[in-house]
Amino acid sequence: MNTVQAGLLTAVTFGLLSALAALLIARPARSAVVGVGIAVCGAGALVAGVAAMAGQVAWFAAPDLLPLSGVVFAIDPLGGAFLAVTGGVAVATGIYGIGYCRGGLDGRLVQCMLPLFVLAMMLVPAAAGVGTFLLCWELMALTSLLLVLAEHRRRPEVASAGRWYAVMTHLGLVAILIGLLIFAANATDSTFAALRLAGHHLSPGLAALIFLVTLIGFGSKAGIVPLHAWLPRAHPEAPSNVSALMSAAMVNLGVYGIVRVGFDLLGGGAAWWWLLVLALGALSAVYGILQAAIGTDLKRLLGHSTTENMGIVLVGVGAAGLFTASGDLTLAGLAMAAALLHIVNHAAFKTLLFQSAGSVVHATGRRDLDYLGGLHDGMPRTTAAFGIGALSASALPPGAAFVSEWLLLQALIHGLPAGVSATIVMPLAVAAVALTAGLAVATFVKAFGVGFLARPRSREAECAHESPPSMLAGMGLAAAACVGLALLPTLVLPTIGAVAGGVVGSGDPVTVTATTIALTDFAGSLSPLLLTVALVIGLVATLAAARALATRRAAREARLWDCGAGPLSARMEYTATSFAEPLQRVFDDVVQAEQDVDVTHHRESAYLVEAIEYHRRVPDRIERRLYEPVLAVMAVWGRVGRRLAPGSVHRYLGYGFYSLCALLILLVVTR
Amino acid sequence: MLSLWRKIRAVGRVAEPAPPAPTDHAPTATVLTSDTIKELHGSVQIRHVDAGSCNGCEVEIASAFGPVYDAERYGARLVASPRHADALLVTGAVTLNMAEPLRRTYQAVPGPKLVVAVGDCARNCGVFSKAYGVAGAVGDIVPVDLEITGCPPRPDAIVEALRRLTGR
Amino acid sequence: MNAPSVYGTVGVILQLLIVIGLSPLLIGMMRQLRARLEGRAGPGIGQPWRDLRKLMRKQRTSPRGTSEVFRVAPLLLVATCLVVAAVAPFVTTASALDPVADLFAVVALLTLGTVALALAGLDTGTAFGGMGASRETTIIALVEPTMLVAIFALSVPVGSTNLAAIVTSGLDDPAQVFSPVSLLAAVALIVVIIAETGRLPVDNPSTHLELTMVHEAMVLEYSGPDLAMVELASAMRLTVFLGLLANLFVPWGIATSGSVPVIAIGVLAFVVKVAVLGAALAVGEVFLAKLRLFRVPELLAGSFVLGLLAVAASFFLA
Repeated sequence: MNTVQAGLLTAVTFGLLSALAALLIARPARSAVVGVGIAVCGAGALVAGVAAMAGQVAWFAAPDLLPLSGVVFAIDPLGGAFLAVTGGVAVATGIYGIGYCRGGLDGRLVQCMLPLFVLAMMLVPAAAGVGTFLLCWELMALTSLLLVLAEHRRRPEVASAGRWYAVMTHLGLVAILIGLLIFAANATDSTFAALRLAGHHLSPGLAALIFLVTLIGFGSKAGIVPLHAWLPRAHPEAPSNVSALMSAAMVNLGVYGIVRVGFDLLGGGAAWWWLLVLALGALSAVYGILQAAIGTDLKRLLGHSTTENMGIVLVGVGAAGLFTASGDLTLAGLAMAAALLHIVNHAAFKTLLFQSAGSVVHATGRRDLDYLGGLHDGMPRTTAAFGIGALSASALPPGAAFVSEWLLLQALIHGLPAGVSATIVMPLAVAAVALTAGLAVATFVKAFGVGFLARPRSREAECAHESPPSMLAGMGLAAAACVGLALLPTLVLPTIGAVAGGVVGSGDPVTVTATTIALTDFAGSLSPLLLTVALVIGLVATLAAARALATRRAAREARLWDCGAGPLSARMEYTATSFAEPLQRVFDDVVQAEQDVDVTHHRESAYLVEAIEYHRRVPDRIERRLYEPVLAVMAVWGRVGRRLAPGSVHRYLGYGFYSLCALLILLVVTR
Repeated sequence: MLSLWRKIRAVGRVAEPAPPAPTDHAPTATVLTSDTIKELHGSVQIRHVDAGSCNGCEVEIASAFGPVYDAERYGARLVASPRHADALLVTGAVTLNMAEPLRRTYQAVPGPKLVVAVGDCARNCGVFSKAYGVAGAVGDIVPVDLEITGCPPRPDAIVEALRRLTGR
Repeated sequence: MNAPSVYGTVGVILQLLIVIGLSPLLIGMMRQLRARLEGRAGPGIGQPWRDLRKLMRKQRTSPRGTSEVFRVAPLLLVATCLVVAAVAPFVTTASALDPVADLFAVVALLTLGTVALALAGLDTGTAFGGMGASRETTIIALVEPTMLVAIFALSVPVGSTNLAAIVTSGLDDPAQVFSPVSLLAAVALIVVIIAETGRLPVDNPSTHLELTMVHEAMVLEYSGPDLAMVELASAMRLTVFLGLLANLFVPWGIATSGSVPVIAIGVLAFVVKVAVLGAALAVGEVFLAKLRLFRVPELLAGSFVLGLLAVAASFFLA
């Protein structure tokens, strides 16, 4: 039994045992046992994934387990990468969930679904047949739906979010089902191996159809515009450990699907497919971060940031496809490596951010940044954790995402010779990534600065207390991962580079020494460790110089300079809404906030004003323009359909009789 | 843009030549302690506070910092926050509403600090003494280090006082 | 990575000394030039150093309600400028830390400094601090596309974003300086530098009206040595940006070998180039008024179009 098999066996065993334990164990110990079980399951998956990336393979086939298609699993390096990411996220969230779920979220159903959700997410990259894949995909969707609905008794918005999520994920499933079934119909068998063989011989039109249909399904799962509407609804309403699992592990599987179907099964495809993927990625990145920059709900902001990061990953995947189509394989490997590294980085910092947000909600009960603030006093460790996550997310050195975005930018700027279309596409892609990076800086300065610094803006924020040790331990693991990926990406890059090279068919796109990342075939190198060391040396030197040169004058505590007029109240602090207002004005054409001003006049005179109310909403414009017409058409269709079923039993019997007659006539005619 | 350039060429230097440096025997100022001046050593950032003036002194201060008298050439500069300042330039008799803000402004200035009372109203309430809205002279609210007489004081008197602060 | 040679280390030390020592003089020279053009006499070139010396002797105040972010931000700001000054090719092309001398990394480090200051502004909890932070981050967000596309345009003829490689390629091919790619990218980068360092017409560094402030609003609460660090850092940022502009587009004079006269010429060339650029900026500022905040995105969008044209030109004219 090799490492991959051992790891997977551990993971599956512990996952199933935890699910069973959730049903059997009594309430006080339930969340602890399940949390530890999920952590061990995740650790097994992490080990299996890393071993698979290194080249070990494992497979498992049980043709009789499922009717029609059987069950077949096979892990290759690409699947191993996603397996490892899911495992890592599961370890951190499992431990975090021990403390988070206590009191309210440790019902039998929720605790049983958590390990099953993790298991389903682990098995999707391992699936090697259409039936198995769809089974695991649907299992993942159902378990996550039940988890999203975990708090529906406490808050009514949860039910609405659950409905959106259920409909959109199942529409996605239908799209993937159609695509994969068309594919399997043109192959000998429904295993991925057979599909791979058939993929080289498909007509371009059929291959394009399969790719587009599966792109719709996988894109929706990854939260890509315009099918992203479920993400900012489901993430705020789900419990925070579930949000972390969904954002850091589940949405990656959408990208996995696109890479698997596009690169592996269909064998690369035409350039325009990947141009479409790149365009969708760039659009999602800019739109997602714009919505995040303008929003004030902390968890919704993080959900939009997930759309943005998946957009950046798809820019990398699309660029890799474009370069493969034009023959530049090293560059394709570089772009794919950047995309995979960004998935890993995103998993680390998004887990950390959602965990800290969950901590804040747990302590204050508030999600709205306009009512938070001043949390650095009562929750110093959570503040530090969010700070590390925010630095990583904003793509600044020494954060983790800086390395993956640097690699992506290097891939894009060397891609100019790929043709005239590349001359137009590459600069626009660079501009989109740059605008995203700039807006991400604005978003996370807002989230960290308004939410955690300065003084509290509400009673609940004043009374915030630090989280229990298990939640801090979970955050600590995720923070350690963020810092490790920021300073020593050289540890994971060789493996990721090898996987990327394997996917596109090139050699290793990056050469790595102990401290430096260098590009193969191109001049360019980066050393995040040296940069951080230089920065720390600079800090220490500046501090020493300041101490030495300043005369011995005691620092005195002073009141804030408030122009002398009076005590500064919490209402005078800048809120998240005011912070984002210049950006909202600049992007007003896209954002189009709706403003309502209600003026209540005095009963006796229309010239005297009693009260003025001001409401401002920022709706999702894509939803407004795209979804509402579709929903209106569905409503009309539903009303028309209702006329078919007025309640008369005679009519229903008549339907059955006439359709049977029509079928018999059809059979007679065609036989 | 070209017309502005032609005007710059045509007008040339507007600032008048610097008068001789002030000595301690001049009649317009009191004697200052020299320790703080030595610490500041030629760079004095000034925050102006209008404690209730009629703006006559403000016009003269604006002239003093304008191109003709150019107080900046002696190292004095107006700043936007008392935290950045070394000296407060206070004008006007201190009204009831401005007494506490003036105290807080003084407290906000980091040490070592100086206060300059500009004009007769700041020194002894001038024409507004015994008015019902006046809390007192500047010296009643915060300790004053230098006084400039006049209603309003001439810009060259203001510049001479500032030169005592900067030592240039 | 090659071990830093002696001449590389000497170059780094010289660069740090020049940037730290002469950047306040650059600010002083710019203020003196503006004063003379406005008909005033001016305080002299050395006034910013007198200001810094006095600020180090002032009391440091610690406002109630602020956290470590407020205290660490000036240090981080100065540290990022020091790292960039040490790493970028100003006096010599041999960088002490070549893997850090990447144009993307350098630009991102300078943005990190601004972010630290914005967080400090938010940390004070005053309305002015938040306003300055909000405006500054909006401007950063809108300047990023232009900056990265201009870097893209610069990297195409060279095939790399490594600073030393771009400067050396400029030295090897002098005609590159006058190509449309360089000119367009230079104009785009000039607008970027004005936005990043907070000069007119994007921001007025000497304004007293809080509602017109962008950078100043974030530092209204600092005093004493903290304020000295913030002022020094903003002078160093200007020097570093002007130095990058000078050496990326007009690299002649930079030292490529280790002999003493060559390094002396490198020092002189750097000082002269930055002084000329600073003087041009100061003269330009006399004729400009500050733009309304919501007109700044139009300016930045115009510079973005120039950057895109530079990239297109680099492909079609290569």
